[in-house]
Amino acid sequence: MDNTQSFQFFNRGPSPAVRLVFFSVLSLLLMFVDTRYRYLESSRAALSVVLSPVQHMATLPGKLLTDAGAFFRTQHGLVEDNHTLLQQHDQDSARLAELNALQQENRQLRTLLELPQRVEFKAQLAEIVYAERDVFQRKLMVNKGATTNVQLGQVVMDDGGIVGQITRVYPWLSEVTLVTEKDHAVPVQVLRNGLRTVVFGAGDTSQLSLRYMPVSSDIQNGDLLVTSGIDGVYPPGIPVAKVVRIERDAAYPFARVICLPVAGVDRHRHLLILPNLPSPPALPDASLAQAASAVAVVSEKK
Amino acid sequence: MAYFPSQNSEINRPVSTVFIVISVLAALLLNGLPWQGVWLHLRPDFVAVVMLYWCTHKPLRVGIGLTWFVGILADVADASLFGQHALAYTLLAFGGVVLHRRLQMFDLRQQTTQVFGIFVLTYSVYALVHWQVNGYLVWSYFFGCLTSTLLWIPLSMAFHTMRQLRMDRERP
Repeated sequence: MDNTQSFQFFNRGPSPAVRLVFFSVLSLLLMFVDTRYRYLESSRAALSVVLSPVQHMATLPGKLLTDAGAFFRTQHGLVEDNHTLLQQHDQDSARLAELNALQQENRQLRTLLELPQRVEFKAQLAEIVYAERDVFQRKLMVNKGATTNVQLGQVVMDDGGIVGQITRVYPWLSEVTLVTEKDHAVPVQVLRNGLRTVVFGAGDTSQLSLRYMPVSSDIQNGDLLVTSGIDGVYPPGIPVAKVVRIERDAAYPFARVICLPVAGVDRHRHLLILPNLPSPPALPDASLAQAASAVAVVSEKK
Repeated sequence: MAYFPSQNSEINRPVSTVFIVISVLAALLLNGLPWQGVWLHLRPDFVAVVMLYWCTHKPLRVGIGLTWFVGILADVADASLFGQHALAYTLLAFGGVVLHRRLQMFDLRQQTTQVFGIFVLTYSVYALVHWQVNGYLVWSYFFGCLTSTLLWIPLSMAFHTMRQLRMDRERP
């Protein structure tokens, strides 16, 4: 063995150990850059273009299965579906007329009170291409990307409520992080009494939880949580979750509140991407506030 | 022993590059299938098994560098951290390249014990990075080690047969 170490007939480049160290350091470096900065997004996008045929092929079997299922649907089922949809449509149109009237009234009242108008949003329809196959992550890929003006941080919802947020944008795809992702936070309000709080994703299950709710706080099973809109990211009033279990233990200062998402986080194929909200008015200038307090101090001294 | 033929009985046969590339792409495809729920936790890491096969059987063709690149591709496909799969697969390839002589001495049943160790190492590194960055672990993730190891035997046999068939076809 010593001979092979000192003299090599065939030059095969660096030894496995050297290569191991080199590529490990390279990977660690890449991970460091990827967590701290966003320099690598363009190379990720380029590689994703190379990989996209493989990924599209991977979605084919499932697609074929659903297509075949759709082909064999019975006439009876279709008629029934059509009937319920028509009924739904009638109900919805009545409510829509009511909504229009209310919106008009709201606008007038807001003008009277000199409040800023509520923004109306136009949403973009997107289709789920595939869900991430990773045990650790809750993510979706949708078929709208930078070419159709999808931007980072846009909110994604379905007919039920908030599904998640855009966290990465590729040319033709974008990645949606679901509200159930661990530590994903959404500022919400209890619809019943307006109590403001923040709901967090629980990660390994499709649940959400409210942290740091005092034991005495007024929250009940079945309470609906809607976005509060004070964060400037989520438009106000969209349903997020429903409270399903509350554990109040005297040993802990906080109650454990478990919620389930209202949106079909892992059910639908079509989603809506909401546009970014107009940026909120700028914060008051810090130097101004200091000057004001200085003036106050001076006047007190007098 | 007849069911598990030792592979060093014959001369190490050549492998076409096309076969290697197709096998890696197929592994990426299998990893990308819509696995859900329990199946997602039980899914073997096809890419890892295929790369380990090539690293142990053709260490001069498929080495640490190529495996690292495939790891980067897996990172893009999984939207994980850039370099997370790559780091895990680098260790996998190192294990494969260092142990390839020993593995070729063994039959398939004995190989699985060695291979299991390499997979545990690979999975642990991936989970460790995830724990460091995001601060939590999903323990059922480690079921993948077992299923990947179980996949080793059928995959080795299938690749062996495919290479054998090609040899037979090319023989005059």
